[in-house]
Amino acid sequence: MENKNNDILDEVTGAEYKYGFYTDLEMDQAPKGLTEDTIRFISAKKNEPGFMLDYRLKAFRHWQTLKEPQWAHVDYPPIDYQDIIYYSAPKKGPKYDSLDQVDPELLETFEKLGIPLEEQKMLAGVAVDAVMDSVSVATTFREKLAEKGVIFCSISEALQKHPEIVEKYLGTVVPFTDNYFAALNSAVFSDGSFVYIPEGVRCPMELSTYFRINAANTGQFERTLIIAEEGSYVSYMEGCTAPIRDENQLHAAIVEIIAMKNAEVRYATVQNWWPGDKHGRGGVYNFVTKRGICAGEHSKISWTQVETGSAITWKYPSVVLKGDFSVGEFYSVAVTNNRQQADTGTKMIHLGKNTRSTIISKGISAGRSNNSYRGLVKAIPRAINTRNFTQCDSLLLGDQCGAHTFPYIEVGNRSSVVEHEATTSKISEDQLFYCLQRGIDMESAIGLIVNGYAREVLNKLPMEFAVEAQKLLSISLEGSVG
Amino acid sequence: MLSIKNLQVSIDGQTILKQFNLEVKAGEIHAIMGPNGTGKSTLASVIAGRDLFQVDSGEITYEGKNLFDMAPEERAREGIFLGFQYPVEIPGVSMANFMRTAMNEKRKHFGMEPLSGAEFLKIMEQKKKLVDIHSNLTNRAVNEGFSGGEKKKNEIFQMALLDPKLAILDETDSGLDIDALKIVANGVNKLRRKDNATIVITHYQRLLEHIIPDYVHVLFDGRIVKSGDKELAKQLESKGYEWIKKEILV
Repeated sequence: MENKNNDILDEVTGAEYKYGFYTDLEMDQAPKGLTEDTIRFISAKKNEPGFMLDYRLKAFRHWQTLKEPQWAHVDYPPIDYQDIIYYSAPKKGPKYDSLDQVDPELLETFEKLGIPLEEQKMLAGVAVDAVMDSVSVATTFREKLAEKGVIFCSISEALQKHPEIVEKYLGTVVPFTDNYFAALNSAVFSDGSFVYIPEGVRCPMELSTYFRINAANTGQFERTLIIAEEGSYVSYMEGCTAPIRDENQLHAAIVEIIAMKNAEVRYATVQNWWPGDKHGRGGVYNFVTKRGICAGEHSKISWTQVETGSAITWKYPSVVLKGDFSVGEFYSVAVTNNRQQADTGTKMIHLGKNTRSTIISKGISAGRSNNSYRGLVKAIPRAINTRNFTQCDSLLLGDQCGAHTFPYIEVGNRSSVVEHEATTSKISEDQLFYCLQRGIDMESAIGLIVNGYAREVLNKLPMEFAVEAQKLLSISLEGSVG
Repeated sequence: MLSIKNLQVSIDGQTILKQFNLEVKAGEIHAIMGPNGTGKSTLASVIAGRDLFQVDSGEITYEGKNLFDMAPEERAREGIFLGFQYPVEIPGVSMANFMRTAMNEKRKHFGMEPLSGAEFLKIMEQKKKLVDIHSNLTNRAVNEGFSGGEKKKNEIFQMALLDPKLAILDETDSGLDIDALKIVANGVNKLRRKDNATIVITHYQRLLEHIIPDYVHVLFDGRIVKSGDKELAKQLESKGYEWIKKEILV
């Protein structure tokens, strides 16, 4: 069975990336490289208010004093930050009244991605703010949301229409001084999403954004800001695929979430960017800072992520539990195959009393990949009676991959309870043969077993995402060895 | 249906089955008995296609085809079912999802449309009754948290859903109390037809009081040393395997 499994593994890992295509749009882009002029160009291009340019410049100056961090369990050649184009936008106007006005080539791209907007509008009841190379090109369900006072738009638009809200909250959860990539993003972010849920409002639909990297050699610097006022609720979904590229693409996004008293924010991600070929060439570097703050009492922030793409994933969606009785959750499935590297996990920072957090992390490694969980659970002396439960499981497929766990626990008081459970397992020959004997072939069997393993996390996803995520897991791993 | 001729099987250079011959026709139930370590489970595994074992010589034909040309999943789809001695747990995979996948693979193999969720659930509810399963299998994972008896009932339940031509039940009676044994045996009897066959592998005679075999074979030292009808099983029960050993030596 060993040899046969290896053959299948080779065959599957040799398969071409399913979503490998790209659209040739006339680009309106900044010259290569990063200087203060680049930042002024971006800000001017987007007609931003003065405070935004000041913020960007401060971030840039700070970034220049920093060195790229090296501590993650990942390995990649040095990035030449002067060899990156920091801004590009589809040339044709950014907004349309109807789909007819949208660049047909762009629509075709969405078709290939399997996200026809029309169908989504009708079937899913989901408002889609589609980000194509940094500029929003289609927004739906605006009116329905507006009725409730929900603002859901691109951050560029928010800067035009609601600059006071952006100015008040941008950088309050992830300041530009936070880390190297946060500083870079703060200086050059191109676009992203903005969500504002007013007090007491339950957002009437799942919000979703499809990000997509499309221009050759263009870094993608998304910036997302979600504010949930007192007693409000929102569920936000983000999913992405990307075309094949020879050169590595740097992606350094920031997501900030603010949940006020009694507010709840659920943030789900399915990430499937081009992971590079089987020799590790190409692929997206996904260096992301995602953090939410439970600012008020009894607030709740929940991160769910399914990570199957990118050459390198480096991210820790975190929750600062500031309000007493607030709740933070992190549910993650991270799949690595071939030469992919992932160093991902979370940080739960307990500042308030009686705060609770749950971490469920499922790492799946195949091929020659490396998959690391890195998590911090911290409770300050004031944060009495806090609880954390962490479960950290690793599943290995084949014998050339690696799974690593780096848990950090810092508890500053005697009443807090922190639990950590960890397991490492392999898909057994017995499980595979059991499936084969029931007529299920090897690839389907692995898909079934892996989806079963990740079910606890997949169940946390909104329905339409769960289906997509299950397919993704099977595609990413089918044929790997037990 | 199944014809095994001069089969020799080894693992790590050690011969387990040798000069093994067996003919199974449609409508028949064969019992294979023997002391532990004589190759009973090996036989089941080889027919099902587990490649832990090395087939050194001999041939197996199933429905006129060379079994060794067929992959394990193909054998299953063509109607060979193995009831496992130790059914494995597959955490997180619901029984419903597992069996629907299995049934649809088989249907696909025969060019049939896959079952819809509703159609499948209907069939599943029917078959559950056959082996007295009451729990909701749509949210229980495959064998996870099942008691020993439930696991064995679950094997027969799967057999009922897949409707095999040739079922091999490997020590299905082990670990069963008398009530569960009756349920399992009853299930097997109800599934019996003129066009299918069953091989019951067992160490003890007690299962054969409930599943009446047409033939009983005694496996010893890798080959069938004695064949007979159900009376042979009773003789074995009263005289023990030592009796067979002596008889062979004579």
